[in-house]
Amino acid sequence: MTFLGYKLEPRTKPPGQVVFLYSFAAVLVALIITGFIFMAYGLNPFSAYATIIQKTLLNWRGFSQVLLKSVPILLAGVGLVLAFRAQFWNIGAEGQILAGAAAAAGVALFLPLPAPLTLPAMFLAGFIAGGLWGFLPAILKVRLGVNEIITTLMMNYIMLYIVRWLINGPWKGKLVRGFSESDKFPAQAVLPTFVGTRLNWPTLGIAILFVFFIFFLLSRMKLGFEIRMMGESPEAAHYAGVSFLTTTVLLVLLSAGAAGLAGVGEIAGIHKKLLEPTSISQGFGYTAIIVALLARGNPLATLATALLLGWVFASGDVMKVALRLPDQMTGVINGLLLLCIICIEPLLRYRLVRTKALPNSKFKETV
Amino acid sequence: MAVAKPSPFNPDKTPHRLTMKGISKGFPGVLANDNVSFDVRPGEVHALLGENGAGKTTLMNILYGLYQADSGSMSINGEPVQFRSPKDAMREGIGLVAQHFHLARRHSVAENIALGLKGTPLIYPVKALEQKIRTLGTSYGLAVDPKAKVWQLSPGEQQRVEILKALIQGAKILILDEPTSVLTPQEAESLFGVLRRMRAEGEAVIFISHKLDEVMEIADRITVLRKGAVVATLDKKEASPESLARHMMGKAVAPLRPKTKPPLDKAVLELNNVWVKNKRGMSALKNVSFKLRHGEILGVAGVAGNGQADLIEILTGLNQPSEGHILLEGKDCTPLGVKGLFEAGVAHIPEDRNHMGIVPSMTVAENLVLRQYRYQPFSRLGLLDWSKVTEFAQTSISDYQIATPSKETLTRLLSGGNVQKVILARELSGEPKLVVAAHPTYGLDVSATALTHDLLLKQRERGAGVLLVSEDLDELLKLSDRIAVLFAGELMGIVDASRTSREAIGLLMAGRKAQA
Repeated sequence: MTFLGYKLEPRTKPPGQVVFLYSFAAVLVALIITGFIFMAYGLNPFSAYATIIQKTLLNWRGFSQVLLKSVPILLAGVGLVLAFRAQFWNIGAEGQILAGAAAAAGVALFLPLPAPLTLPAMFLAGFIAGGLWGFLPAILKVRLGVNEIITTLMMNYIMLYIVRWLINGPWKGKLVRGFSESDKFPAQAVLPTFVGTRLNWPTLGIAILFVFFIFFLLSRMKLGFEIRMMGESPEAAHYAGVSFLTTTVLLVLLSAGAAGLAGVGEIAGIHKKLLEPTSISQGFGYTAIIVALLARGNPLATLATALLLGWVFASGDVMKVALRLPDQMTGVINGLLLLCIICIEPLLRYRLVRTKALPNSKFKETV
Repeated sequence: MAVAKPSPFNPDKTPHRLTMKGISKGFPGVLANDNVSFDVRPGEVHALLGENGAGKTTLMNILYGLYQADSGSMSINGEPVQFRSPKDAMREGIGLVAQHFHLARRHSVAENIALGLKGTPLIYPVKALEQKIRTLGTSYGLAVDPKAKVWQLSPGEQQRVEILKALIQGAKILILDEPTSVLTPQEAESLFGVLRRMRAEGEAVIFISHKLDEVMEIADRITVLRKGAVVATLDKKEASPESLARHMMGKAVAPLRPKTKPPLDKAVLELNNVWVKNKRGMSALKNVSFKLRHGEILGVAGVAGNGQADLIEILTGLNQPSEGHILLEGKDCTPLGVKGLFEAGVAHIPEDRNHMGIVPSMTVAENLVLRQYRYQPFSRLGLLDWSKVTEFAQTSISDYQIATPSKETLTRLLSGGNVQKVILARELSGEPKLVVAAHPTYGLDVSATALTHDLLLKQRERGAGVLLVSEDLDELLKLSDRIAVLFAGELMGIVDASRTSREAIGLLMAGRKAQA
């Protein structure tokens, strides 16, 4: 098909600069559309953005908020990158975050451990609990062929209600009166923060280490090679003798475990108690999907994409307080971003070329 | 329009039905057609011969209006034409029977032919057509039941439907793209009968192929393409399979490596009363027993779907027999899976080389260790040693002459022959005891086929046992020491390849037991 002398031609593989440039353009378009929404609220989009940038990027307190929001989606997002590389469509990071949070809260509240061991035990419990929450969908997929998109999604709701039951029932705090939440964690179960901010550095460190670990896993480790084979050609993976059960279980434990760690960071670093699930995770598990998709299978790229989405979350708070825009703006911007990213897919797979006939002389040279 | 009677033509006096002059077509990085001139006369079968990637399909896509040439001209019956789409081409009487059929499987033959036909009545569109299909069918030997549903038809019959469709649409120039690749020898023979009748009726036929034998059998003239350019246009009388092969490849084909020693007495593989159940619970292999010796090539013949695929699956660990035992050098290896059998020395050259044999999105280097990545020296303590992988890739690429821009190239960008070389390099690298090769030359060009044959014979020389499953009887007869024939999951007999004939194997393939 030609149109105005141009036609679409499939690309073999888009070069890195092209992917970056187009992704950047997609983000820009989403932000421009958001500008029109600002206008609809009677705001000057330029001064609105100026306010947002001033309050999120140009001072340390503001920027620490961006990092604060980036950490959970970085951890969950890089986990999803691993799962997506294996074509395991884990939509359950939200539930896995909550599972990690609940397990860590259990350790903090009820396990009498020596003080220096409490936090490591919480992280370990959170990692295992998150991983186990992904285990069931993994087994169901490999053994019975049950679609993991549906099971992981449904597991989110199960965990949401489990946490609600915990904070209203057995784990309801004795000192909180009417509130539905647990008691405050003891001091030994609270993560240290950078001075003057709410940003805890241990989870930030774990997240960055985890990103490099996943990168190393995919590029250097036997397991990573098997994960890629399984994702890119299941038939060839069978032929090569890859065990789908072992590989899937391991990768899901890592992927869901990462989300579990994010949950630990949220409650041990920020809330210091187990509380209403939608307050523990403001949809971080779903935002992580955007982080992973935008990173296009590259674990290192999540460092940038998580920062971008973290900035959107932080901007949402600024918009609420300084610009008096509704809460839902964060969701709107996330949605626009996702939409724009999906829209550039065809541009990455095809390119426009001129269909002008090549001059005859060109062929004579090659004859 | 029809050019009278089935009387002999005098091709030189009739004007060319089709002339293509100086056609060039470039794609990014390749010149697919380079100043190609080609013509067809009425009452002629003109073969277009060339290896995969020689530009045959591009040229035909230009003729059929799917691509536009960058330069050059076309004329039909002396009138210059320009095709912007297949619609234009069809209007000028060009019909294409593609390699893969474009039929609606749930619909009847007549409905499929009515689809897209001009002047089809709105109500009862197929009534009048059915009669037409029957008459045309009998006159050309293209008998098909117009009421039959397409999914009930064999590939050979579906091809007849495609030909009938083209004829009813008024095709005067029929393009057949690799038409025999889906046919049994008998079906191919009947297709040639059809083509001969069409020739007698004054139709012009363009026959695209890379198989020398069938081109020699059916064509009147042969145009050979190499790397996008015409190398020669020959009359059949002037051509020989050897000269055509030389034109196709630009060099002579090396003769087959001779078999210098007979097979050893020791069995490498032994099947004892093996039964296999397929996915629907039916017996796909019934009580199969045979021995394959060291230094022997055992061919497996049979019409597709008679248990060959199931035999390969149990020998390579992709499936387990429901009863019976598989012995490798006397040791029971029935329950070993894919990994276990690979470790025991079973190489597998799979039938579906692009989906099973490689991961298309991985690099050549990665695909070269697709099965041995987990062993030393490629991996240690769960870590891959990429320098060892790279080293291995470099040796393999030069040893097997894999044509690839680099070892980091994605394997899906390689041609079929080079993909097969990657698989062969990988599977044969560990000096396997048993090589299970499934249709190893299917769809390959002449030089890649020759290389594959040579490598299998080399394995035989080395003392490995080779189980060669193929639908190409000539290939089986040329390479095998013995040929086993499967019919409906049963082993009909094993014959000595040097003392049998195509006919004898054909009878076994049709399910008649060998006489003692």
